[in-house]
Amino acid sequence: MPLAESLAREAPGPGGKPAEVPYAEKERLFAAVKADLRFEDYLYGCYECGICVAVCPSARFYDFSPRRIAQAVAREDVELVWEQMNGEIWECSQCFSCLRCPRKNNPGGIVTIMREVAVRNGLHSAQQALEGYSRIIYKIMSTGTQVSPDMIRPEAFPDWGPTARETAENLEVWRRAMPPETMHTTSTSWEVDDKTLTELYLIWHLTGVLDMIRTLDESLHMILVDVMEEKLEEAGYPLS
Amino acid sequence: MPINLPVIQPGTQARKGPFARRPEDAAESLRERTLELAERGEWIVQRVPEPHLEVPTRSSGVKRVPLGHTWHHKSCGQCGHIPGYSTAIFWLHRKLGLEYEDPRDQTSCTAWNYYASATANQAAQAAVALRNFAAAHQSGYYPLIHCATSYGHYKEVRAEMVHHKALRDQVREILKKMGKPLVMPEEIVHYSEWIYAVRHEIAKRKVVDLSGITATVHPACHYYKLVQEDAIYDPDVYGGHRTAIVTGVAQALGVTVGDYSTWFDCCGFGFRHILVQRDFSRSFAVQQKIEAMRDEVNPDVTLTHDTGCVTTLDKSQFAAQAHTGVKAAIPVLSEAQFCALAMGAHPYRVCQLHWHAADYRPLLEKMGIDWRERWREFEDDVARLKANPGTYLTWDDAG
Ligand code: SF4
Ligand code: SF4
Repeated sequence: MPLAESLAREAPGPGGKPAEVPYAEKERLFAAVKADLRFEDYLYGCYECGICVAVCPSARFYDFSPRRIAQAVAREDVELVWEQMNGEIWECSQCFSCLRCPRKNNPGGIVTIMREVAVRNGLHSAQQALEGYSRIIYKIMSTGTQVSPDMIRPEAFPDWGPTARETAENLEVWRRAMPPETMHTTSTSWEVDDKTLTELYLIWHLTGVLDMIRTLDESLHMILVDVMEEKLEEAGYPLS
Repeated sequence: MPINLPVIQPGTQARKGPFARRPEDAAESLRERTLELAERGEWIVQRVPEPHLEVPTRSSGVKRVPLGHTWHHKSCGQCGHIPGYSTAIFWLHRKLGLEYEDPRDQTSCTAWNYYASATANQAAQAAVALRNFAAAHQSGYYPLIHCATSYGHYKEVRAEMVHHKALRDQVREILKKMGKPLVMPEEIVHYSEWIYAVRHEIAKRKVVDLSGITATVHPACHYYKLVQEDAIYDPDVYGGHRTAIVTGVAQALGVTVGDYSTWFDCCGFGFRHILVQRDFSRSFAVQQKIEAMRDEVNPDVTLTHDTGCVTTLDKSQFAAQAHTGVKAAIPVLSEAQFCALAMGAHPYRVCQLHWHAADYRPLLEKMGIDWRERWREFEDDVARLKANPGTYLTWDDAG
């Protein structure tokens, strides 16, 4: 288990701050961010002009700044990058408004890479940010569609008004009352055939996505592996 | 000593005439590089089939948009809880006499999960995209992407695949295991580009007077902010300064499009946020977008072209009403639904408006559509379906 993983799995330190981690480990994580194939397409330096902040929805609601992200990585500020990976990166909305950057930076893209490194290394911040989100991860990874009609329950979306209740009450018959044949489903957004699903599982398996899930949530990993291994074996794909 | 700087007087126009990019500003042409890689045998390029239309892009180029023979890459959000979106797209194809394929051999782009939770990676996302493209190619139909996030993300994937041989090799190997070739479409096309291309045909078939309707437009971030070069910009729409998608269609239909100050802003969807930090999505959607539209334009409807935007702008208004006591009720529709209504589609059987939260009935009334009678018809359908388990509404029923 990498050092960051074992340390980050410990309870956070005083004031909710991440537990103390040696500088070398923070450097290793930053090196992983820089090693990503996309990194060189996402960062060209920073003018500190703040255009990205002006257009960033998350900057208006959180203590979050795409400029600070670009600055931290451009200046190779290992401590600040570590701090950001332990918190603010999870506030980004991934809208990519910040691509308005005159320097052609992609702060949202840098955040994407930082999040991936945080997940791959089992950082406590990733586990915390994604608590309550496992159901969604399970849905997309096991069905190939993300938002199923049966997720709209009035208890889950009380702030969506009476339509959430009406939809839930009439779900089965309202889905049948749609002309496209693929859309009569309730537990997936449309009907995905079995072969397609198996091919999706093969992709998750071959690209190490299941390993990423393991660092995040052991029990979700076990459930997904069970579902997927059975399908892959049935379809005759070797798992080794 | 004063510095001698040229001063632009208030009211002076900095630039005159239509917006045109200088050739040296043109972005790299991913399409050209895609074709070069095909010539080198790296992958197959699926050509845009005939007949197609050419539409103007941001980089002063043209984009080929297929008219028919399209493979509908559906959207999990649209089909999941705003189904009228996809139904309307299919209905428009049928009414224009254009054939299409609605496949079961399709997953979503999985980008929601990728952006929200980072529990995927570059190779996985590229393989999901290319698997879907291979499935379209094998069917003989050309991919038309319904979801703006899928569309934007697939353009990211295309750029990454063009730039990185190692990624191409990895994805090719993965697809080989499932007996699929590596196929890149010649153009990545969003459904709203298709609607924009056929807007005059839609306008010709309009059966509703829309001259009294005012709309605002919210363009989807992932449509025109991600890999921007081939998004549609038309000198006739906003002088070419903003993407022409949706707005160009509304104008062709005779609708007045109202401008508002937060046009460029995101809707506040945020992927993870819309599900687990909804206070952020709600506040942003209402305070930044809906209230600005209401105060500056007071539109009859706001039109958009992506699942996340419809969801966030539509569903967020209910709670705002409770909080502020102000009637924040701007109906939110995709332009596909709006076009279908304009062409006489049934608001419930086709446009599935009963899945929407913000009150759309005043809009229907203004359009001269008798929603009470249409709802009664739909309730009869529902009663019939309830009495006959295993039966479905069909395209014949939808009209
Ligand atoms: S992608 Fe993230 S950093 Fe960029 S503007 Fe959107 S929320 Fe801000
Ligand atoms: S817009 Fe670009 S250059 Fe300006 S502050 Fe943001 S990242 Fe830096």
